[in-house]
Amino acid sequence: MGPLYPQGLISEPLNLLIALFIGIGFGIGLEAGGFTNTRKLAGVFYGYDFVVLKVFFTAAMTAAIGLFLLDSYGLMDIELTFYPKTFWIPTTIAGIVMGLGFIVGGFCPGTSVCAAVTGKIDGIYFVTGAFLGIFGYAFTYEPLFETLRNSGGLGKVNIASELGISDEMFIFIVTVIAVIAFIVTDRIQKKVNSKNPVENIEELGL
Amino acid sequence: MKEDRSNKYMNPYLAGFLIGLMMIAAYYFSGEGLGGSGAFKKVAIATVNTVAPGYAHEAAYFAPSVENGKSPLNSWLVFEVIGVIMGALLSAAYFGRLSMKVGKSPKITNRTRLIAALAGGILWGVGSQLGRGCTSGLIMSGMAVNALSGYIGLAAVFGGGYLFAYFFRKLWI
Repeated sequence: MGPLYPQGLISEPLNLLIALFIGIGFGIGLEAGGFTNTRKLAGVFYGYDFVVLKVFFTAAMTAAIGLFLLDSYGLMDIELTFYPKTFWIPTTIAGIVMGLGFIVGGFCPGTSVCAAVTGKIDGIYFVTGAFLGIFGYAFTYEPLFETLRNSGGLGKVNIASELGISDEMFIFIVTVIAVIAFIVTDRIQKKVNSKNPVENIEELGL
Repeated sequence: MKEDRSNKYMNPYLAGFLIGLMMIAAYYFSGEGLGGSGAFKKVAIATVNTVAPGYAHEAAYFAPSVENGKSPLNSWLVFEVIGVIMGALLSAAYFGRLSMKVGKSPKITNRTRLIAALAGGILWGVGSQLGRGCTSGLIMSGMAVNALSGYIGLAAVFGGGYLFAYFFRKLWI
């Protein structure tokens, strides 16, 4: 029964080898999906390309459906996995900072790695910036960030139980919302691109 | 003549499905979610631990990752991101997208784009540390297990993006 490594059912070297193969699949999905092209990523905020929304929500909901199916058939215990604790104050503030970083920088860390290694110079600059930001944070952590980072701690919170519904019902609702969003954003994208297309739109492969 | 695939992309739902399967595998085999910034953190910690091990063992940000004596690089997220690099290279080679260039809107200069990319990277560097992860580690991995943190991250990152989009529109449209 999963998760295998936390229960000592596979060795550490095998676990790291699996990490490598999972990463390869993730990297192919990101690159092939268009996430090394910064204009495709930014499009979600301006309406000319919603690829981010489609890839991201399909991935998240595929994973959620799969994981809770495995859990309900007793094939894996979600409680034994890395289950993120919620610290709502730093996550909200940091999320807004990252949202600004997305609009300004046109990547997030994972996509910037893919862009940098495949020759996108803007990706290399972004990765450099991310390291500068991490070092800046790390060297000022105790006076500036430590208290904030540990504020608003709620422990491991499941959003479905917080709302008083089952995991399955919550995933069903989000999936329905995602499908509606796919349809609506497709229409927005067509409208934006027929009325006022961005320059060199053919580079986006829409 | 060889077919030009450099502007062709995988169907977004198929790409998302593939990433979702990788997420399921990550949780099933390793009990981990997919991550991005976590590997950046480990590399930064390993660098400081090599240059100034005394400081790394004292400072609150670094100490938890170095006190067991093992290299911070010997971690799941670092191997996963090495895989991400290999996967991205494979895919870019297949599509003919391996070339040095600056990705940007044609309306701005390379210089503007590169300064903005550096600044955006700095913001993500700080944000991912304060927020315990980025789009993959905080949001997608959180959403995969119905964690509240993932949905707070989703609302804050995308909400923040739409909030600021108007002011930076000249960078993109």
